[in-house]
Amino acid sequence: MKLNHNEYIPFLSEIKEVIKHTDIEYTFRMSYIGNVKPGQFFEVSIPKYGEAPISVSGIGNDTVDLTIRRVGKVTEEVFEKYAGDKLFLRGPYGNGFDVENYKGKELVIIAGGTGLSPVKGIVDYFSQNASEAKSTTLIAGFKSPNDILFTEDFKSWEKNMNVILTVDSAEENSKYNVGLVTQYIPELKFENISEAVAVVVGPPAMMRFSTKGLLDVGFEEKNIWISQERKMCCGIGKCGHCKVDDTYICLDGPVFNYTKGKDLID
Amino acid sequence: MGYSLNIDNMNTVIKKWSESYLIYAPKCFEGGGTFSDTDVVRYGQIENVEEIVFNKKSDFSFKEVLLPISETLFYFTEDSVKEADERKKKAIIFLRSCDLHSVRRLDEIYLNNGFEDYYYKRLRENVKFILLGCKSSFENCFCVDMQTNKVDSYHASIDYDGESFLIDNKCSDFENDFENSFNKKQDVIPSYVTENHVKVNIPDNITLDIIKSKMWDEYDSRCISCGRCNFVCPTCTCFTMQDIFYTDNGKAGERRRVWASCMVDGYTDVAGGGSYRKNNGQRMRFKVLHKVYDYKKRNGYHMCVGCGRCDDICPQYISYSNCINKLENAMKEVNEIES
Ligand SMILES: Cc1cc2nc3c(=O)[nH]c(=O)nc-3n(C[C@H](O)[C@H](O)[C@H](O)COP(=O)(O)OP(=O)(O)OC[C@H]3O[C@@H](n4cnc5c(N)ncnc54)[C@H](O)[C@@H]3O)c2cc1C
Ligand code: SF4
Ligand code: SF4
Ligand code: FES
Repeated sequence: MKLNHNEYIPFLSEIKEVIKHTDIEYTFRMSYIGNVKPGQFFEVSIPKYGEAPISVSGIGNDTVDLTIRRVGKVTEEVFEKYAGDKLFLRGPYGNGFDVENYKGKELVIIAGGTGLSPVKGIVDYFSQNASEAKSTTLIAGFKSPNDILFTEDFKSWEKNMNVILTVDSAEENSKYNVGLVTQYIPELKFENISEAVAVVVGPPAMMRFSTKGLLDVGFEEKNIWISQERKMCCGIGKCGHCKVDDTYICLDGPVFNYTKGKDLID
Repeated sequence: MGYSLNIDNMNTVIKKWSESYLIYAPKCFEGGGTFSDTDVVRYGQIENVEEIVFNKKSDFSFKEVLLPISETLFYFTEDSVKEADERKKKAIIFLRSCDLHSVRRLDEIYLNNGFEDYYYKRLRENVKFILLGCKSSFENCFCVDMQTNKVDSYHASIDYDGESFLIDNKCSDFENDFENSFNKKQDVIPSYVTENHVKVNIPDNITLDIIKSKMWDEYDSRCISCGRCNFVCPTCTCFTMQDIFYTDNGKAGERRRVWASCMVDGYTDVAGGGSYRKNNGQRMRFKVLHKVYDYKKRNGYHMCVGCGRCDDICPQYISYSNCINKLENAMKEVNEIES
């Protein structure tokens, strides 16, 4: 009998390094060789505890970064692991972002909280290849200064692009901008707004208000991309949990052009 | 090739089959019904033809043969995994036209939609289907309107006329078995129904605006989100992953998939307490539109096959076919608000 590939069987991957951002958010640099795009995700699992879909937050030669927020059964257990330990992975799944869509354009990336993980690959790309976009702006929002992720990366991004790092609230005299990501949108300057492109990822309310903000200043719907999250049990179009209307977020997404993404009503 | 067989000859064939196949058919289980002390007809293995229930619709579909209610995917220890073994024998499934149409829907999800499913495929490849003819419609069936009342894709068909079993065989693997045991050769056309008591009308102007209709509200309180309608449905395919471990050795266990229902609490729960479609009316809308709207948008034909089991089983007497018949007015309602 011809045997097909068993996509459910995970492979072991070694934790090369653990980078601590906050008490509950660490990046696990995992050994991995293979094709992978920003915005794709892996199913991370620990036998006995289960699986969790986690976005790729960085891509190295023989590694992928997974930035994980400790929130429940599986993620708690992942936080018990150290460099040298192993995790089970399967993937990568989902469509991911296509950087070609942003080359030669005025690009704005708006990220809220852990929403920065799935877009970090694009930020890295246009930080390292700044001339490939006409201009790049990153607006990243976090709850408070203690919640900021990727502080080291921000230092190099600031050299290569326009970075607006903002927190919802902070003590007086903090060195950070205080305010929601949306309030910076009207201040942005564009040579040709009808050609400008944007990527928005974060909690649902933040994405809703940010896309509205972009449309209000003249962005075209087709020039905005978002990434969606839903409950996922398989990541491969079988379990049904991520389906919205005729769309499987795990297969057709999680990245959607706004013209499609706006119609995803649960 | 068509044959007529008496009971003894039919049992000879079944006996022969059971050497190489597990044979699944609708069987009567006493006292297991929905509403106390009634019998339930569901799938089980049979050894002779008398066990097959010909005169009733099965309360549950055949789908658990291809998609077990709980299926072990692999065994694990902390740092190794071992794939679960497959069923050793091939299988034969006796099923009605609507159910055979639902196999195409299961195939669509498990063999096509994105990835091919390893576990489904290895069971599916070894299954043969025997069509049970339907002489007349059962309660709540609406296969005629769903165009699933007739089917060609069977390996063999069987009808019971009260005396003999009428067979239309299309499968070369079965040819010898029938050639060795028939009473009479004759042309056989499997019986099928041409009219159901229940009629449905699926409007072709449905848009997502229908979400805004008031029609869904009545289900908020009537439906108790028990999920029975999903579990009896031959086209529902959803599952949830589950890790279990053996208590005598906390480090070893298995990962399973178990049937899930979009009507039941927890289906959409994400970490941190978030969930989508909190109201049962929204879940009813999600289910109904999947069956007769969005599945078709994706795959070109309706998911629902009209078996009516969801209506048979609902403890709240909610009628799904009634719900479908409200869609037309619901579209009028939302279009009026729009204009
Ligand atoms: C495409 C995608 C990308 C994601 N990327 C990241 C990331 O980069 N970093 C990160 O920290 N988190 C990410 N998440 C969320 C992460 O998957 C959940 O926080 C995680 O599943 C929680 O698992 P748990 O067992 O620790 O929590 P529990 O609350 O104990 O369990 C939650 C249950 O929900 C399931 N689940 C499935 N999908 C989700 C979901 N979207 N959100 C929450 N629970 C879910 C889990 O498998 C689990 O069974 C992503 C989710 C999706 C869908
Ligand atoms: S419609 Fe009926 S069977 Fe389905 S979940 Fe609601 S109460 Fe249960
Ligand atoms: S829906 Fe049609 S094919 Fe299915 S059991 Fe009822 S009458 Fe038979
Ligand atoms: S996550 Fe299972 S179908 Fe998308």
